Amino acid sequence: MASDASTTDQPIHPSEAEGVAREPLVLNNRSMAWVTDRICGIVENRQPLIWWVLFIPSVLLAGLLGGTLVYLVSTGVGVWGNNQPVAWGWAIVNFVFWIGIGHAGTLISAILFLTRQKWRTSVNRASEAMTLFAVVCAGIYPGFHVGRFWMVWFLAPIPNANAIWQNFKSPLLWDVFAVSTYFTVSVLFWYVGLIPDLATLRDRAKAKLAKVLYGLFALGWRGGNRQWRHYEMAYLILAGISTPLVLSVHSVVSFDFATSIVPGWHTTIFPPYFVAGAVFGGFAMVLTLMLPVRKLYGLEDMITHKHVDNMAKIILLTGTIVGYAYIMELFISYYSASKYEGDAFHLRILSGPYTWAYYCMFFCNVISPQVFWFKKARLNLWVVFIVANIVNCGMWFERFVIIPTTLARDFLPGQWGYYSPSITEKLMFLGTFGLFMMLFLLFIRFLPVIAIAEVKGVLPENDPHHPDWVKLKEKRRAAAAAE
Amino acid sequence: MSENRTTPFAYIAEFGSAPELYHAAEHVRDAGFKRWDVHTPYPVHGIDKAMGLGKSWLSTCSLIGGVTGFLTALSLEFFTQVMLYPTVVQNKPTNLSTIPAFFPVMFELTILFTAFATLIGLCAFIMLPRWNHPLFNSALFNKFSDDGFILVIESRDPKFRKERTREFLEEIGAGEIELLEA
Repeated sequence: MASDASTTDQPIHPSEAEGVAREPLVLNNRSMAWVTDRICGIVENRQPLIWWVLFIPSVLLAGLLGGTLVYLVSTGVGVWGNNQPVAWGWAIVNFVFWIGIGHAGTLISAILFLTRQKWRTSVNRASEAMTLFAVVCAGIYPGFHVGRFWMVWFLAPIPNANAIWQNFKSPLLWDVFAVSTYFTVSVLFWYVGLIPDLATLRDRAKAKLAKVLYGLFALGWRGGNRQWRHYEMAYLILAGISTPLVLSVHSVVSFDFATSIVPGWHTTIFPPYFVAGAVFGGFAMVLTLMLPVRKLYGLEDMITHKHVDNMAKIILLTGTIVGYAYIMELFISYYSASKYEGDAFHLRILSGPYTWAYYCMFFCNVISPQVFWFKKARLNLWVVFIVANIVNCGMWFERFVIIPTTLARDFLPGQWGYYSPSITEKLMFLGTFGLFMMLFLLFIRFLPVIAIAEVKGVLPENDPHHPDWVKLKEKRRAAAAAE
Repeated sequence: MSENRTTPFAYIAEFGSAPELYHAAEHVRDAGFKRWDVHTPYPVHGIDKAMGLGKSWLSTCSLIGGVTGFLTALSLEFFTQVMLYPTVVQNKPTNLSTIPAFFPVMFELTILFTAFATLIGLCAFIMLPRWNHPLFNSALFNKFSDDGFILVIESRDPKFRKERTREFLEEIGAGEIELLEA
């Protein structure tokens, strides 16, 4: 290796040349041109039939969502099944479910960026997009749950019609600020990441309209280092502020529960437990979406088994944290010796009307990810896909367990009730899946699903310290000379 | 003044790889050029040093944004809740000691304003958005967004000479060289 290095102008330190080679993040020594072609090709070529097969039902379901919302507003929120004592039914369950899914994107982009986990480059773009679409779906629920949708502007920090200001001590108002800030900052972060890739699409675009639109959104990006160095600083700062932001959002969501005095909700474990659960559910959704995309568009060289393996490990870790939280909640309710806490959890796990939901949740979230202790399971894409979907269900059940289970048994037996969702709520939930899928499919159609510029930065050929760098470079030179 | 009606805009030179471009940048820096840049498909690490560029001070914009956001939230909450219209909900008082309940909104607005300040600062620092640029007329230059490592020396540079700069670029190992007319 030393003699090879001396023939080139780039010295390679012998220890690096002979050191332990990490598994490459992009397989088969792909070139930059290949990366550009493959990712831009998804946007430029005709979509496969399956895209249409998924897109049309998604649009119909999104239309169904619109229809149910029109029905809801024109009739009144009484068409939902929630009432006293369960005032927070599926609306809030689904809000927390979607907002939780919307955590993986920013986690992958921000936290993994700050911790220099370079494998994030292949999955961050799609996860960020997924985040945004999940937050869009989430935002619908509290918006309509307020009852009179046309009064939603009361949430904004302006005095309302009676000159009364918002109650800034209320966790529900904190939620408004947290979720809207999260959405806005996620959009900005996503867009800043897109700029260089939009420039690539602009430079390749054939159609006039495409060139104008991509050019408009690429802002005239020229990829000069005098731009890159500020760009990289901006990206670092956005990652730095998104990290506490993503942790704060689900903490604030959990404050909706934790700052109340309802037994079963009034616990200090809620913020970390919600954040771990959100990361857990978010990664499951990333896998649910990315495994088919990877297969369908031939992205196996960029989203490798290593990526799936890493995400499966994160699911295992966060799933186990969630399991710890479930058990710790039970222990604290026993240890506190509070009669009401004890009863709340007794009803939740033994004699209440929703114990089936508790065990569904426990199986899906704590037991099923344990298969990821085995490398064989992490490398089998079918196992990963199935477990990820079980986790998606489990995280929905978690929110269901927290909300109706607790509310259905109030302090006095005379206030006890049972909640089951109405058909409107069910259709609406189905509709948000349609909206989510529709937005994600449109994203695949019009924007690069993988961060092109970032992936180029982790290619083996662009790493001068890579053991094979000299060989690769000579191979490329020979190929160019042969042409 | 000269027989040539058109004036050149810049020399565009392509290099084979990031390390080659890196070393070329060192030569251009040492030759004392000022109006030049390297255009790459991805940010090449360490090339700031090879170009003689320091740290990006974009972070000052972010800091100003963050402080503005924090003060905005503090005054929004304090003026409306404590001074203008104290809302006593569930018998909870509103005064200086209730500030902890105001922390979440302060935190969120700090982040929100920082993000916007960073983005606006970025646009100002890199002088974008910009609808067009003379460099886009060059097919060689446009390889930057695919797999080209491009070095551009603009004719505005006081050291720019039509012949000498081309020779210089050839010396430092440029592949294809193009003289872009403005």
